Amino acid sequence: MTELLLFDRIDEPGLATIDVYKRRGGYEALERALRMPREEVLQNLLDSGLRGRGGAGFAMGKKVSFLPKGTIDKYLVCNADESEPGTFKDRELMQKSPHMLVEGMIIAAYAADANRSFIYIRGEYEQQAEILERAIAEAEAAGYLGERILGSDHSQSLVLHRGAGAYICGEETGLLDSLEGKRGNPRLKPPFPANQGLYQGPTLINNVETLATVPTIIRMGGAEYAKLGTDTSTGTKLVSVSGNVQRPGNYEIELGISSREIVYGLAGGPEPGREVKLWFPGGSSSPVLKAEDLDLPYDFDSMAKAGSMLGSGAIIVVDDSVPVVDVALKLAKFYRHESCGKCTPCREGTNWTVKMLQRVESGEATPMDLDIIASVQDQIMGNCLCVLGDAMAMPVSSMVAKFRDEFEAHIEAKRAANGLGAPHFDAPLGAALHGAPAGVHS
Amino acid sequence: MSALSGGHGSELAGDVARYGHGSRIPGWDDAVDLTKDPAGIPDPALTSVPRELRERIEASMAKYPDFRSAAIPALHAAQELHGWCSPEAIEQVACVMRLTPAYLTAVATFYDMFSTVPVGRQTVYVCTNISCSLRGADELYAAMQEAAGDDPDFNVRAFECLGACDIAPMASVNGAYVGPLELSDAETIVAQLRAGDEVLPEKQLLRRKVADPRAAGGAGASSAGGDRAPHASAEAEHNASAAKAPDADHSDAADRLFPDEDHRA
Repeated sequence: MTELLLFDRIDEPGLATIDVYKRRGGYEALERALRMPREEVLQNLLDSGLRGRGGAGFAMGKKVSFLPKGTIDKYLVCNADESEPGTFKDRELMQKSPHMLVEGMIIAAYAADANRSFIYIRGEYEQQAEILERAIAEAEAAGYLGERILGSDHSQSLVLHRGAGAYICGEETGLLDSLEGKRGNPRLKPPFPANQGLYQGPTLINNVETLATVPTIIRMGGAEYAKLGTDTSTGTKLVSVSGNVQRPGNYEIELGISSREIVYGLAGGPEPGREVKLWFPGGSSSPVLKAEDLDLPYDFDSMAKAGSMLGSGAIIVVDDSVPVVDVALKLAKFYRHESCGKCTPCREGTNWTVKMLQRVESGEATPMDLDIIASVQDQIMGNCLCVLGDAMAMPVSSMVAKFRDEFEAHIEAKRAANGLGAPHFDAPLGAALHGAPAGVHS
Repeated sequence: MSALSGGHGSELAGDVARYGHGSRIPGWDDAVDLTKDPAGIPDPALTSVPRELRERIEASMAKYPDFRSAAIPALHAAQELHGWCSPEAIEQVACVMRLTPAYLTAVATFYDMFSTVPVGRQTVYVCTNISCSLRGADELYAAMQEAAGDDPDFNVRAFECLGACDIAPMASVNGAYVGPLELSDAETIVAQLRAGDEVLPEKQLLRRKVADPRAAGGAGASSAGGDRAPHASAEAEHNASAAKAPDADHSDAADRLFPDEDHRA
């Protein structure tokens, strides 16, 4: 088993202070990086194959290399707006080892030649924001932030910015607008933030876990880091396991281990007597998988091949005691609430999906409504500025497709309970289409 | 006080003197008067801003290349002082930041943590998103509401995922995360808030250790060194663990965590 990279003795008392962090070898990677040319640091990031840990899984080194060269003002923004339901790994890192993030941000900013950096932390993380604020002040006092850091030609400022509660601000362009003091509406892409981001300047945006991994990569060397995990999903990953499991929490795994090992081995699986009905492999936005998919290796490509995604690494387990209709409705309501309202397919689509699922829930729907729900999801996907709409459409359509029997059984049972009678499944197709509306006569 | 008998007013308590529309502030929800010009940037000579608030906002503005970035920090500061983003609070922020009240209102209404209606000072956000509701958050929210009753000091809200599904069901009590909560904890929280005590000290998230058993410094953490598994063994490992897991003994976590330890060492 691999050693822990991010979670190594993370509960050590005082790790949030610079003294303990340095005693454990903290900021040595920074010193080493600052002695390298920028290109070498970047090459290490490229060699490491590190993929973004926030959700999209884009290669971090490649993202850094997209920033234009030259003396133009460049920015580094750390996305700490962890609001994907089921995700809580960044919180653990920021709360227990804030200096790891600060150090990673300085190295990443050095590689990208960015002089101004920001951490956008979600407003609800008040306690974590205080801890980070103290860590930043300590790093400034120690000379790791400011002008000409450790005698190098690199200068950098770091500002902690607290959000105020909006899921959409985890989307990178929405985050930038919010950081500029506006409503957090996503922007049209392109231009991508690497060219035109914060204050119209080239901007590198990375997730907390991604940046916190950077010191490890410098310490080990990019090529060495790439030996962990699988060929296309290198390194270790924090997974947040939650829902119907016996030991919910954060675990650090090497990418590529079996999903069953995470859900049952680490998190203990569902309560005795219960079975996994479905699970979200990468936060509530990922299409659901069924129990038999637990044998898949947990890495970016295997999840994509199975029709889902690794996303933020948040595994939500739902056991067989929970009706799938409830899960779908809960999620749809969340996305309706969080849709910023800028793009019509998302604003209206989330609203209609909730309304239709409520009809399913209460027994006013017919099985035909399931097809309409599926078609609404199709109309949302790919038709908006950002992927918030897709984030609802993907899990909801996957639930309707994979658990159609259960949806239909629920509709039938509820209709019967409402005295509407069951729709005639066995009638000829013509009668079903042209006859009286299903369910009107019993 | 007919407004208190139903709809909007019923969520607000009766102890505080309120106007017909349910607010303590007259006219905050008056319809827009189309004959009037929109409010401009408030005149500093006519707007009184508490000194502490002004200093906090100015310090925030100085941190960013563009002063406008301080809008959210400034609204946080104003809400802390006033209890909610009242027209008065918005006007004070607008005056210091040299922005229109409309701009700031647009920002304040976008974010869940800002309230543009009066709310109690004791903030309890109960997470009712998927992971928490799988573990009984909806019942917890109902219990919390009941425990707080119609006390105007309390602002009990169902909130979207707060990022603490490991302690589900949980709540954020004045910014402090507590969980996993029992239904009976609702009464305790309310009592402790009323008494001004720390809320459920033993259930505070900050005192909780990481779930990963190896993080404490067990076998996995101590094996420092350069030996890393080559890629070739990765697949063998998947098969081994997949085959082993279903009938594995749940009580012995450590063994199952490292089924392939021999391959690696």
